Amino acid sequence: MQDNIILRTVTRILIPFIQLYGFYVIMHGESGPGGGFQGGVILGASIILYAIVFGIDQGRKIISEKLSDTLNSVGVLIYAGIGLICVLFGGKYLEYNILPLGSAHLASDMGILGIEIGVGITVASVMITIFFETARRER
Amino acid sequence: MIDLDLILLLFLVICAIAAVHMKDLLSATMILTAYSLIMALVWTNLNAVDVAFTEASVGAGITTVLVIAALSRTKRREED
Repeated sequence: MQDNIILRTVTRILIPFIQLYGFYVIMHGESGPGGGFQGGVILGASIILYAIVFGIDQGRKIISEKLSDTLNSVGVLIYAGIGLICVLFGGKYLEYNILPLGSAHLASDMGILGIEIGVGITVASVMITIFFETARRER
Repeated sequence: MIDLDLILLLFLVICAIAAVHMKDLLSATMILTAYSLIMALVWTNLNAVDVAFTEASVGAGITTVLVIAALSRTKRREED
Protein backbone atom coordinates (compact mmCIF):
# COMPACT_ATOMS: atom_id res chain seq x y z
CA MET A 1 0.00 0.00 0.00
CA GLN A 2 3.07 2.26 0.08
CA ASP A 3 2.61 3.71 -3.44
CA ASN A 4 -1.03 4.80 -3.17
CA ILE A 5 -0.84 8.60 -3.05
CA ILE A 6 -4.49 9.17 -2.03
CA LEU A 7 -4.17 6.79 0.91
CA ARG A 8 -0.89 8.34 2.04
CA THR A 9 -2.15 11.94 1.85
CA VAL A 10 -5.47 11.25 3.56
CA THR A 11 -3.69 9.32 6.34
CA ARG A 12 -1.19 12.12 6.87
CA ILE A 13 -4.00 14.71 7.15
CA LEU A 14 -6.29 12.51 9.28
CA ILE A 15 -3.87 11.26 11.97
CA PRO A 16 -3.57 14.56 13.95
CA PHE A 17 -7.36 14.84 14.17
CA ILE A 18 -7.71 11.22 15.33
CA GLN A 19 -5.12 11.81 18.04
CA LEU A 20 -6.74 15.11 19.11
CA TYR A 21 -10.07 13.28 19.43
CA GLY A 22 -8.38 10.55 21.49
CA PHE A 23 -6.96 13.15 23.91
CA TYR A 24 -10.40 14.82 24.08
CA VAL A 25 -12.03 11.51 25.01
CA ILE A 26 -9.42 10.88 27.74
CA MET A 27 -9.77 14.39 29.20
CA HIS A 28 -13.59 14.35 29.27
CA GLY A 29 -13.89 10.85 30.67
CA GLU A 30 -15.17 11.96 34.07
CA SER A 31 -17.94 14.29 32.84
CA GLY A 32 -19.19 12.54 29.71
CA PRO A 33 -19.04 9.26 27.83
CA GLY A 34 -15.55 7.97 27.17
CA GLY A 35 -12.55 7.64 29.40
CA GLY A 36 -9.05 6.25 29.56
CA PHE A 37 -9.81 2.95 27.86
CA GLN A 38 -11.71 4.32 24.87
CA GLY A 39 -9.33 7.24 24.37
CA GLY A 40 -6.35 4.90 24.60
CA VAL A 41 -7.86 2.63 21.97
CA ILE A 42 -8.39 5.63 19.65
CA LEU A 43 -4.78 6.80 20.19
CA GLY A 44 -3.50 3.28 19.49
CA ALA A 45 -5.66 3.06 16.36
CA SER A 46 -4.02 6.19 14.94
CA ILE A 47 -0.55 4.60 15.20
CA ILE A 48 -1.91 1.32 13.79
CA LEU A 49 -3.38 3.23 10.81
CA TYR A 50 0.01 4.81 10.18
CA ALA A 51 1.72 1.40 10.34
CA ILE A 52 -0.80 -0.17 7.95
CA VAL A 53 -0.42 2.56 5.32
CA PHE A 54 3.33 3.25 5.55
CA GLY A 55 4.53 -0.24 6.42
CA ILE A 56 5.37 -2.08 9.63
CA ASP A 57 9.07 -1.15 9.63
CA GLN A 58 8.29 2.56 9.18
CA GLY A 59 5.77 2.29 12.04
CA ARG A 60 8.37 0.69 14.30
CA LYS A 61 10.59 3.74 13.64
CA ILE A 62 7.93 5.98 15.23
CA ILE A 63 7.22 3.72 18.22
CA SER A 64 10.25 1.51 18.82
CA GLU A 65 9.97 -1.77 20.69
CA LYS A 66 11.77 -0.26 23.68
CA LEU A 67 9.44 2.78 23.82
CA SER A 68 6.22 0.74 23.66
CA ASP A 69 7.50 -1.69 26.30
CA THR A 70 8.37 1.28 28.55
CA LEU A 71 4.99 2.97 28.03
CA ASN A 72 3.23 -0.30 28.90
CA SER A 73 4.60 -0.08 32.43
CA VAL A 74 4.59 3.74 32.79
CA GLY A 75 0.77 3.81 32.65
CA VAL A 76 0.46 1.15 35.35
CA LEU A 77 3.05 3.07 37.40
CA ILE A 78 0.99 6.29 37.16
CA TYR A 79 -2.17 4.43 38.23
CA ALA A 80 -0.52 2.68 41.19
CA GLY A 81 1.48 5.82 42.09
CA ILE A 82 -1.61 8.02 42.41
CA GLY A 83 -3.24 5.33 44.52
CA LEU A 84 -0.23 5.09 46.81
CA ILE A 85 0.09 8.91 47.10
CA CYS A 86 -3.47 8.91 48.46
CA VAL A 87 -2.34 6.33 51.04
CA LEU A 88 0.67 8.52 51.98
CA PHE A 89 -1.63 11.50 52.69
CA GLY A 90 -3.64 9.38 55.11
CA GLY A 91 -6.54 8.18 52.96
CA LYS A 92 -7.46 4.83 51.50
CA TYR A 93 -6.05 3.52 48.20
CA LEU A 94 -7.38 5.78 45.37
CA GLU A 95 -9.28 8.06 47.80
CA TYR A 96 -8.59 11.21 45.76
CA ASN A 97 -10.33 13.87 47.82
CA ILE A 98 -7.70 13.56 50.55
CA LEU A 99 -5.10 15.12 48.19
CA PRO A 100 -3.97 18.67 49.22
CA LEU A 101 -5.12 20.58 46.09
CA GLY A 102 -7.41 23.20 47.67
CA SER A 103 -10.97 21.91 47.64
CA ALA A 104 -11.88 18.22 47.87
CA HIS A 105 -13.87 18.51 44.62
CA LEU A 106 -10.84 19.76 42.65
CA ALA A 107 -8.64 17.06 44.18
CA SER A 108 -11.13 14.39 43.17
CA ASP A 109 -11.27 15.72 39.59
CA MET A 110 -7.48 15.85 39.31
CA GLY A 111 -7.10 12.35 40.76
CA ILE A 112 -9.58 10.87 38.28
CA LEU A 113 -7.86 12.73 35.41
CA GLY A 114 -4.48 11.28 36.43
CA ILE A 115 -5.95 7.77 36.56
CA GLU A 116 -7.50 8.23 33.11
CA ILE A 117 -4.17 9.38 31.66
CA GLY A 118 -2.39 6.35 33.13
CA VAL A 119 -5.02 3.93 31.77
CA GLY A 120 -4.91 5.67 28.37
CA ILE A 121 -1.11 5.37 28.05
CA THR A 122 -1.15 1.66 28.94
CA VAL A 123 -4.10 0.75 26.69
CA ALA A 124 -2.68 2.66 23.69
CA SER A 125 0.75 1.06 23.92
CA VAL A 126 -0.65 -2.43 24.58
CA MET A 127 -2.84 -2.15 21.46
CA ILE A 128 0.20 -1.03 19.43
CA THR A 129 2.29 -3.89 20.84
CA ILE A 130 -0.36 -6.53 20.07
CA PHE A 131 -0.74 -5.24 16.50
CA PHE A 132 2.99 -5.13 15.77
CA GLU A 133 3.57 -8.58 17.26
CA THR A 134 0.69 -10.06 15.23
CA ALA A 135 1.62 -8.42 11.93
CA ARG A 136 5.40 -8.90 12.18
CA ARG A 137 7.03 -10.94 9.43
CA GLU A 138 8.87 -14.12 10.37
CA ARG A 139 12.58 -13.83 9.76
CA MET B 1 -43.13 4.65 14.33
CA ILE B 2 -41.85 1.13 13.80
CA ASP B 3 -39.74 -0.14 16.64
CA LEU B 4 -36.12 0.72 15.78
CA ASP B 5 -34.85 -1.79 18.32
CA LEU B 6 -36.62 -4.65 16.53
CA ILE B 7 -35.09 -3.76 13.15
CA LEU B 8 -31.59 -3.48 14.64
CA LEU B 9 -31.91 -6.81 16.43
CA LEU B 10 -33.14 -8.44 13.21
CA PHE B 11 -30.06 -7.14 11.37
CA LEU B 12 -27.92 -8.36 14.28
CA VAL B 13 -29.23 -11.93 13.96
CA ILE B 14 -28.80 -11.88 10.16
CA CYS B 15 -25.20 -10.66 10.50
CA ALA B 16 -24.37 -13.28 13.14
CA ILE B 17 -25.74 -16.17 11.04
CA ALA B 18 -24.02 -14.87 7.88
CA ALA B 19 -20.67 -14.53 9.68
CA VAL B 20 -20.84 -18.15 10.86
CA HIS B 21 -21.87 -19.55 7.46
CA MET B 22 -19.36 -17.59 5.33
CA LYS B 23 -16.57 -19.70 3.76
CA ASP B 24 -14.38 -16.70 2.87
CA LEU B 25 -12.77 -15.63 6.15
CA LEU B 26 -12.16 -12.01 5.05
CA SER B 27 -15.87 -11.63 4.28
CA ALA B 28 -16.69 -13.18 7.65
CA THR B 29 -14.45 -10.58 9.33
CA MET B 30 -16.18 -7.72 7.53
CA ILE B 31 -19.62 -9.05 8.50
CA LEU B 32 -18.41 -9.32 12.10
CA THR B 33 -17.46 -5.61 11.90
CA ALA B 34 -20.96 -4.77 10.69
CA TYR B 35 -22.29 -6.85 13.61
CA SER B 36 -20.21 -4.76 16.04
CA LEU B 37 -21.43 -1.50 14.50
CA ILE B 38 -25.09 -2.56 14.79
CA MET B 39 -24.41 -3.70 18.36
CA ALA B 40 -23.06 -0.20 19.11
CA LEU B 41 -26.30 1.29 17.74
CA VAL B 42 -28.30 -1.08 19.97
CA TRP B 43 -26.31 0.04 23.03
CA THR B 44 -26.92 3.69 22.09
CA ASN B 45 -30.62 2.95 21.76
CA LEU B 46 -30.55 1.47 25.27
CA ASN B 47 -28.95 4.75 26.58
CA ALA B 48 -25.67 2.97 27.43
CA VAL B 49 -23.43 5.47 25.58
CA ASP B 50 -20.25 4.42 27.37
CA VAL B 51 -20.64 0.77 26.36
CA ALA B 52 -21.56 1.84 22.82
CA PHE B 53 -18.37 3.88 22.64
CA THR B 54 -16.28 0.90 23.73
CA GLU B 55 -18.07 -1.41 21.31
CA ALA B 56 -17.51 0.98 18.38
CA SER B 57 -13.81 1.59 19.08
CA VAL B 58 -12.77 -1.90 20.19
CA GLY B 59 -15.26 -4.15 18.42
CA ALA B 60 -15.45 -2.39 15.08
CA GLY B 61 -11.97 -0.85 15.04
CA ILE B 62 -9.20 -2.80 16.77
CA THR B 63 -10.69 -6.32 16.54
CA THR B 64 -11.05 -6.07 12.75
CA VAL B 65 -7.44 -4.95 12.34
CA LEU B 66 -6.14 -7.71 14.61
CA VAL B 67 -8.21 -10.45 12.93
CA ILE B 68 -7.07 -9.31 9.47
CA ALA B 69 -3.45 -9.23 10.69
CA ALA B 70 -3.88 -12.80 11.96
CA LEU B 71 -5.59 -13.74 8.68
CA SER B 72 -2.59 -12.52 6.67
CA ARG B 73 -0.52 -15.28 8.30
CA THR B 74 -2.86 -18.11 7.32
CA LYS B 75 -5.07 -19.15 4.40
CA ARG B 76 -7.99 -16.96 3.38
CA ARG B 77 -10.49 -19.69 2.57
CA GLU B 78 -11.91 -22.20 4.99
CA GLU B 79 -11.44 -25.85 3.99
CA ASP B 80 -14.27 -28.34 4.21
